[in-house]
Amino acid sequence: MAEKLRIGVFVCDCGTNIAGFVNVPEVCEYAKTLPDVVYVKENMYTCSNAGIQEIMDAIKEYKLNRVVVASCTPRTHEPLFRKACEDAGLNKFLFEFVNIRDQCSWVHQKEKEDATEKAKDLVRMGVAKARLLEPLEEIKIPVERKALVIGGGVAGITSALSLAKQGFEVYIVEKENKLGGLLNHVHSLYPSNIDANEFLNELLEKVKKEKKIHVFLESEVESVEGYIGNFNVKIKGKKKGEIKVGTIIVAIGAKPYEPMYMYNYDEYENVITQFELENLLKENKIGKWKKIVFIQCVGGRGERVRYCSRICCMNSIKNARLLKKLLPESQIYIIHKGLQTYGTVYEDYCRKAREEGIRFVRVRDAVPTVSSLEKKDGKLVVGFYHPGLRRKIELDADLVVLSTPLIQREDAKKISQMLKVPLGQDGFFFEAHVKLRPVDFATDGIYMAGSCRAPADINECIVQAVAAASRAAIPMAKGYVKAEPYTPVIDEEKCMGCGVCVEVCPYGAMRLVEKDGRKVAENVPAACKGCGACGSSCIHKAINMRHFKDEQIMAQIEEAIE
Amino acid sequence: MKDVLIIGGGVAGIQAALDLADRGIHVYLVEKEPSIGGRMALLDKTMSTNDCSICILAPKMNECFSHPNVDVLEYSEVIGLEGRAGDFKVKVKRKAKYVDATKCTGCGDCMEKCPTEVPNEYNSYLDKRKAIFLPFPQAVPRKATIDDRYCLKLTKNRCGLCEKICKAGAIDYNQKDQIIELNVAAIIVAVGLSLYEPRDLYEYGYGKYDNVHTWMEYERLINAAGPTHGHLKCSPDGRRPKKIAFIQCVGSRDVKRCPWCSSVCCMVSIKSAMLANEHYNDLESYIFYSDLRVFSKRFYEYSKRGERDYKITYIHARPGEIKEDKRTKNLIIYYEDEKEGKVKELEVEMVILATPIMPAKDTKKIANVLGIETDEHGFIKTVDFLKYPVETTKPGIFVAGCCERPKDITESVIQASAAAAKAAELAG
Ligand SMILES: Cc1cc2nc3c(=O)[nH]c(=O)nc-3n(C[C@H](O)[C@H](O)[C@H](O)COP(=O)(O)OP(=O)(O)OC[C@H]3O[C@@H](n4cnc5c(N)ncnc54)[C@H](O)[C@@H]3O)c2cc1C
Ligand SMILES: Cc1cc2nc3c(=O)[nH]c(=O)nc-3n(C[C@H](O)[C@H](O)[C@H](O)COP(=O)(O)OP(=O)(O)OC[C@H]3O[C@@H](n4cnc5c(N)ncnc54)[C@H](O)[C@@H]3O)c2cc1C
Ligand code: SF4
Ligand code: SF4
Ligand code: SF4
Ligand code: SF4
Ligand code: SF4
Repeated sequence: MAEKLRIGVFVCDCGTNIAGFVNVPEVCEYAKTLPDVVYVKENMYTCSNAGIQEIMDAIKEYKLNRVVVASCTPRTHEPLFRKACEDAGLNKFLFEFVNIRDQCSWVHQKEKEDATEKAKDLVRMGVAKARLLEPLEEIKIPVERKALVIGGGVAGITSALSLAKQGFEVYIVEKENKLGGLLNHVHSLYPSNIDANEFLNELLEKVKKEKKIHVFLESEVESVEGYIGNFNVKIKGKKKGEIKVGTIIVAIGAKPYEPMYMYNYDEYENVITQFELENLLKENKIGKWKKIVFIQCVGGRGERVRYCSRICCMNSIKNARLLKKLLPESQIYIIHKGLQTYGTVYEDYCRKAREEGIRFVRVRDAVPTVSSLEKKDGKLVVGFYHPGLRRKIELDADLVVLSTPLIQREDAKKISQMLKVPLGQDGFFFEAHVKLRPVDFATDGIYMAGSCRAPADINECIVQAVAAASRAAIPMAKGYVKAEPYTPVIDEEKCMGCGVCVEVCPYGAMRLVEKDGRKVAENVPAACKGCGACGSSCIHKAINMRHFKDEQIMAQIEEAIE
Repeated sequence: MKDVLIIGGGVAGIQAALDLADRGIHVYLVEKEPSIGGRMALLDKTMSTNDCSICILAPKMNECFSHPNVDVLEYSEVIGLEGRAGDFKVKVKRKAKYVDATKCTGCGDCMEKCPTEVPNEYNSYLDKRKAIFLPFPQAVPRKATIDDRYCLKLTKNRCGLCEKICKAGAIDYNQKDQIIELNVAAIIVAVGLSLYEPRDLYEYGYGKYDNVHTWMEYERLINAAGPTHGHLKCSPDGRRPKKIAFIQCVGSRDVKRCPWCSSVCCMVSIKSAMLANEHYNDLESYIFYSDLRVFSKRFYEYSKRGERDYKITYIHARPGEIKEDKRTKNLIIYYEDEKEGKVKELEVEMVILATPIMPAKDTKKIANVLGIETDEHGFIKTVDFLKYPVETTKPGIFVAGCCERPKDITESVIQASAAAAKAAELAG
């Protein structure tokens, strides 16, 4: 390092937020005594236009080559100060943030003197690190403007249509011999009560007309390699192929739970699942049923499947209303544990069902929905505890319909391993952030939509599918992504090729490669998030994180315990 | 590439703006209030992860505001629209803030000294703010605004104190409203929600009993930045409660008031009960519900966790009446016990009412300006619930968030991204 260090320190009052508790002039005087510090300035608001201008002017006037700002929090303000450095011609990674508000003045409001001392310690540590900072360059990675959609149900189709409309080539890989997934097995759709087939055909027509969509039927993804912008995908099956895509949307859906050994489902033919009822309706095989009982939460919200499957309450109401229309003389009961008819449209839908004479019986949460189901004199007898009447009652029924939840498909695990994306405890894919990144995976460039994320009905599948298309379109529209340069530096001498870093990396950014006849770790900067997990797990000390190098952190710690 | 207009800067509007801006499309974000953030900026923690609401939102608010492709037009309203999809001409009124935003540093000195106290809508009217104000400390932009309905200088030509105090010379009593015109290819409506005032539900005594609050008030009471600094206090002596009750569907699912289900309040009450128990770990909660709506990802598990780990008891009943003990101000809840079939009483120290989520106040007005339809409940109508779930009745105008129907943050964000993709088809 030939260049002589010239460090500028800016200490912010943050109005009274810092200056009210920390003696800022004293901290400034102290900063002047630190090695290589050539300029110190107190700002009322470093982040104001005036404050930013002062940083830029000082960099030029005093030829600063390191900048330290002691202020609020890097969470919101680091980008701003870095940009000021950049605009003044200084590499923006030669900037160090010292947090003396959130981590000092705010938490020590009752100990002003100690707060001032702590602020000095923090500034000294920041300066120590700044002395060792190195210029870094952001990595710019080109992005292929093509996408892969895995699964051709309503979610996958909708994502593909949206991406195509936004101008991108899309490949849909579907395992079965036709598109549509679960929709192929449904008779009509709540809440509009339209024909599911017609709805699906409309979608399929659109797919056919869209030249940018390429469908691989009876095919599966064999392997995926690479990272955002540059995924190399091998497809096997009826239609084979090798494609390169920039982004991937996972939409492999879900399947209905089979209620094995529950309610004599295996034994009595008049005990059917919701799924089977859809089929009977499709084939117009309606019996002369006089009493029909729907049982909710069969398997769901219980020991077998611990979550609520969201769509089955509405689905029962839909079919109950439909059967009531076809068999006006019939009595129809829905036995449930709290109906999930959320929002405006579904609540209205449920109210209409009540008006049409569907009878709802709510049983208590802690007990099974139905306590017994047996055959007496050729009739099905459904027994349950009626909370309103406070006794067990028995209904004889001609048909019992079991509402079972949607559960993960077997392939979820396979896809999860292939793409290195996580599944949650419930077996569904796990999003990057429950609220703020609900259709993104933590791994850049991979997104999810539909019932593979959690049970979802058509409306929700479609909204999610278009949302996933929006997220996937961002890097593709830009044509590149920028990666922060906080990547690991691997000392190949020290690396033993043990692969621990590959295991711990949550983003699949580490891999083992052959070099000179032995295995060593290699980092894929485009996929790397700079989290440091690899660095801290390497027992051979072969990994050093850029911008958080061991030397840099040690220098800070030494100052702290000085 | 053309521009897009987003109306409403809640989490839905912010998400839509960021999706578009990140892909290179320029966005105008028009927000009625002096700060973006919407409802989420005022919540304490959020279900179903219980992370701090403003802590996860603030970085997004900042990112949005400082994004080179986003122009935030705060304290503004859309007042006119002409043209069609791909080529809309929009008139926006930028209300005078009487503060020069380029000079104001948000230091707060003026607010400390301003003599005029006014009801604080951002704290659910539980305390007062000044006539010159920031809606909340993390406001974005962090610039003062003078409320011209109350300021003494602007109403009576007196005072003028803030001008003398402001070191930055930012006060400008002569500022005028401005009308600006924008040309955009698509519009996303994300004007969010408002809440029902349960004053006509006399049986629960809201407004009459000191210790009965709405769920929104509770969010502010349990919030460290709120009027009680996060301490739950009961009238008359300020003691902290040991037993509290939540009553669900207070006006929701009620054909005389709001016939719909507000979708989030069951989960929010569970969250609120958890937070109370985290503050005071001997505190017990009772949730009176009709159907516990726990349908989304990990919600049912959350409700079970509440029961297991946070001393929550769920009671399936609709309380008939609440009475107040005049001396202790405790509340006695009368309800029919399901197990025994008898009317029972439960005495608690605080009651929280889950009131309906309604369309934002000006939804009808903004719908009229834009020429789009609302549904029978007053929410923004989509063309077809299944086929076109983010398209309003006018081509080129899309919808996201709670103004379409009540939903949680996750679903608002998802719908916002979807609306952004649709807008991008026209703009990109
Ligand atoms: C009985 C029943 C009735 C319903 N009724 C209604 C209703 O009335 N209204 C409503 O809104 N919703 C209804 N639904 C829900 C609706 O059908 C589903 O939400 C929706 O179809 C799910 O779509 P999807 O694309 O997410 O998944 P799916 O439809 O499951 O599609 C996933 C696709 O991915 C394919 N796939 C799986 N693994 C792989 C792999 N490894 N490689 C390639 N392809 C793969 C599958 O073959 C399938 O085609 C009902 C559901 C059921 C079960
Ligand atoms: C008490 C309470 C607690 C909650 N807790 C949770 C929780 O724990 N977890 C969760 O997921 N969800 C929760 N929610 C729901 C959550 O608040 C909403 O899902 C979310 O805020 C919706 O975001 P939005 O952007 O659609 O609307 P809003 O947040 O309402 O934002 C709308 C924005 O538009 C602006 N606006 C309104 N009219 C106009 C106009 N005419 N012109 C310009 N701008 C306008 C408003 O000022 C506002 O900034 C809660 C809701 C309430 C009421
Ligand atoms: S949607 Fe209804 S039937 Fe399905 S698991 Fe949830 S509560 Fe049970
Ligand atoms: S820093 Fe984190 S993301 Fe990067 S390679 Fe190491 S473990 Fe993976
Ligand atoms: S107007 Fe002046 S005194 Fe008020 S916050 Fe802005 S800079 Fe501070
Ligand atoms: S002039 Fe208005 S805003 Fe300013 S201090 Fe006086 S009353 Fe407050
Ligand atoms: S979410 Fe729960 S409290 Fe809210 S309206 Fe629906 S059922 Fe009632």
